[in-house]
Amino acid sequence: MLGLGAERLRADMNRLLALLFHQGVLDEQFLQLQQLQDATSPNFVSEVVNIYFNESEKLLRNLRGLLLDREFSDYKKMGIHLNQFMGSSSSIGAKRVRNVCVAFRAASEQNNRPGCLRGLELLEHEYCYLKNKLHELFHLEQQRLLAAGVRYPMQN
Amino acid sequence: MDVAGGSGSLLKGMVDHGEVPHVLAVDDSLIDRKLVEKLLKNSSCKVTTAENGLRALEYLGLGDDQNRSNGNGSKINLIITDYCMPGMTGYELLKKIKESSIMSEVPVVVMSSENIPTRINKCLEEGAQMFMLKPLKQSDVKKLRCQMMKCGR
Repeated sequence: MLGLGAERLRADMNRLLALLFHQGVLDEQFLQLQQLQDATSPNFVSEVVNIYFNESEKLLRNLRGLLLDREFSDYKKMGIHLNQFMGSSSSIGAKRVRNVCVAFRAASEQNNRPGCLRGLELLEHEYCYLKNKLHELFHLEQQRLLAAGVRYPMQN
Repeated sequence: MDVAGGSGSLLKGMVDHGEVPHVLAVDDSLIDRKLVEKLLKNSSCKVTTAENGLRALEYLGLGDDQNRSNGNGSKINLIITDYCMPGMTGYELLKKIKESSIMSEVPVVVMSSENIPTRINKCLEEGAQMFMLKPLKQSDVKKLRCQMMKCGR
């Protein structure tokens, strides 16, 4: 009985991943990340993704702060934050988030305030979606391992 | 994944069969440090990471207030560095390594998430062994590892 539950959960995970690939939310780099997870680093993916979440939320706060100043928006600093966001998104395979950063950066290079505001809105939306889906994925993985009867350290 | 290389291989990395290469990886991004470290360890390399050029130079014994005997430079077979870093860029780090008397022979690989030909050429001209596009894949690192082994002697 345990085994059947695990198999169904694995199918659910694969379905979710396939959807995220199809939507362009994730790309092949995410698979590279999964391939790096092994016996010596059993929590590699969630460790890296949690770092990504922490860093991204900091970057989003910074970007929001920079845009709140109506008098003077430090577009150069925005660009620096966006470069970092682009790099980390690319490293974990977060394709759609990365692409939104590219458009946002273009607006910041033109000192285009409405463009930047729009960019931030899109970025927050995409990031939220990605975070929710990845949490869903990790949750399914935890369930699957429990169902398969494996001892596994719980992640927050 | 594109890889642009200088002539020849990384033979100057001087790793004998059976020896474990020690790589110094420099990147300001924590995520990228974790990734490159795992990729290198999967290819049986020993890895030391540094979060910026200054720390890297200090580790190698090339810091401003150091004399040569303080550093770990002699243990290092390969340096792999990100190009875009705040403060000292990967290019500037490359220059300092190539200008040094003790580390100039150690191969330096530069990585970047952006494919900019002038940037690539600049690094190769300054003596970078190779330029690699991020994100790195396991196959890229395996190739790098193979090139670090002595062969045909």
